[in-house]
Amino acid sequence: MTQSKEIQPRETPGALASARFGAPAGRPLGDAVSPDAAPAGVDVCESTDAEPRPGPALADVKVQLRNFGFSYGSHRVLKNLNVDFENKKVTALIGPSGCGKTTLLRAFNRMHDLYAGNTYEGEILLLPERINLVGPDVSPTEMRMRLSMVFQKPNPFPKSIFENVAFGLRMRGVKDAAAIRSKVEQSLKDAALWEETKDRLHKPAYDLSGGQQQRLCIARALAVDPEIVLFDEPTSALDPTATLRIEELIESLRSRVTIIIVTHNMQQAQRISDWTGFLYLGEMIEFDRTEKMFTNPGSKLTEQYITGRFG
Amino acid sequence: MRSIERTVALRLRQDRWFHVFGVLCTLLGVATLCALLGSLLLDGLGRIDWSFLSSFPSRRAGQAGILSALVGSLLVMLVTAAVAVPLGIAAGVYLEEYARKNRLTAIVEINIANLAGVPSVIYGLMALGVFVYAFGFGHSILTAGLTLAALILPIVIVATREALRTIPRSIREASYALGATKWETVWHHLLPYSMGGIATGIIIGLSRAIGETAPLVTIGALAYIAFLPDAPFTSEPPFVSFAWLQSDFTVLPMQMFNWVSRPDPAFHANAAATGVVLIAITLSMNALAIFVRYRMRRSIKW
Repeated sequence: MTQSKEIQPRETPGALASARFGAPAGRPLGDAVSPDAAPAGVDVCESTDAEPRPGPALADVKVQLRNFGFSYGSHRVLKNLNVDFENKKVTALIGPSGCGKTTLLRAFNRMHDLYAGNTYEGEILLLPERINLVGPDVSPTEMRMRLSMVFQKPNPFPKSIFENVAFGLRMRGVKDAAAIRSKVEQSLKDAALWEETKDRLHKPAYDLSGGQQQRLCIARALAVDPEIVLFDEPTSALDPTATLRIEELIESLRSRVTIIIVTHNMQQAQRISDWTGFLYLGEMIEFDRTEKMFTNPGSKLTEQYITGRFG
Repeated sequence: MRSIERTVALRLRQDRWFHVFGVLCTLLGVATLCALLGSLLLDGLGRIDWSFLSSFPSRRAGQAGILSALVGSLLVMLVTAAVAVPLGIAAGVYLEEYARKNRLTAIVEINIANLAGVPSVIYGLMALGVFVYAFGFGHSILTAGLTLAALILPIVIVATREALRTIPRSIREASYALGATKWETVWHHLLPYSMGGIATGIIIGLSRAIGETAPLVTIGALAYIAFLPDAPFTSEPPFVSFAWLQSDFTVLPMQMFNWVSRPDPAFHANAAATGVVLIAITLSMNALAIFVRYRMRRSIKW
């Protein structure tokens, strides 16, 4: 299984087309007929043709970057990104500080819309509907309902543990107290926090330790059944033990939800991700299976970065 | 070697000089307040009893009381708070969370900051023109409440903005990331978390308003009121009445001013006693503000 997937990126477009039709699981019907709908190649950055070519296809794509770019005012931070993110897999974004990886992550749930002067270019297509997440007529609030985010520093609300997890549900109009209770319990269990908090659900979230707070933030993110969970360096403020627990947690979420994680820690990317994207100065230098990326990187720059030559 | 010793000695002397000077400056401020309070208490404390608090003013100093002024102050503050609090918070929230940062909002912000520095008597003139004549509210509790509300509006706005500004960006982002709209973020998070700061601002504003005399003199408030406004609650439906809004009124500082200007020293004791009551009210409001802030600081730390 792993074997066959691993060779996919090396296959020719012809062989791919059949592979694509052979594996229609989770694909929208319109997808196969529209040439525009073909999954963008993961290596498009290195190709010269602007048109998305049917590159190495993923079995099941959740979100697609199409010529995506982003600017803070006149400063263009991300340029011409074309990447597919596989459904229910973990994709890590690595790169030196200032390469734009957090900027990219925050574009998915339109966090940049909160501040003036930011502009998106291109598209981020959310499958199966192929909605352009950053489309000018797409409401950021609506998109944020489908995605969740876990931030760099734990940022629980100064409310009770219970209310922290319940907030997203309340925003989705869930009124039934029993439904909220059971969902809160389930989410805390999913975030491996239930045992520690079940006796003090109505105590302030600030009484928890840093690592527990971050797991609470993960529970809060999971409670709303997101299609994608975005992690922005979720362990950078935590000690090694707490980090390990978060990594185990992400491991347990794999195959349940699509995860995109920004990390400074290359061992972490190696440990937890299926795919890794290496960003440098706002460009996707390389995007490949994590094992390949860390054993046999395709680009000199990637190799230099992952071996600690810079960054 | 010698010269180093000399300069060091000189500089140390300088240091001590400032120490002494600083203590004197501090003491001057504290001593003034103490002298003020002391003389007020000395003159007035003896006059304060239940009948002083529960009697109307009278021609005979010994029988005069501050009931109408106390009730008047209370009702005026009620109107002031009812108007200034929602308006001030809404304006503060708008400026801090909604308004795009451009030239227009910059001008509005400068104006609000300046408004806080406008002498209160000017507010009285504005109120005389607008509330008394243009709107025909007369020199009523409503006019006084609206005037003082305008006076403390900038204080409430500034307090709201400062309180909102202390909430870290990460909290807003957490709320938006969960799909909350701007209003939901304000309502469920920003306002509850900034309530301590906002409440402090409101109380400080009200404690300033309760001592104001000049704008009320300008709108023509009477000093001698020997009746109470209509009761706000009635025995018949709809059980509440707003007739008191149109009532004539007096307030504590006006009553005090009236008594001070009488030649009979017995009235001066009444004035001092009113001053004691007024100071007791403002000091306890400030204490409440400090307590509220302390409580909020303890429960929320970013």
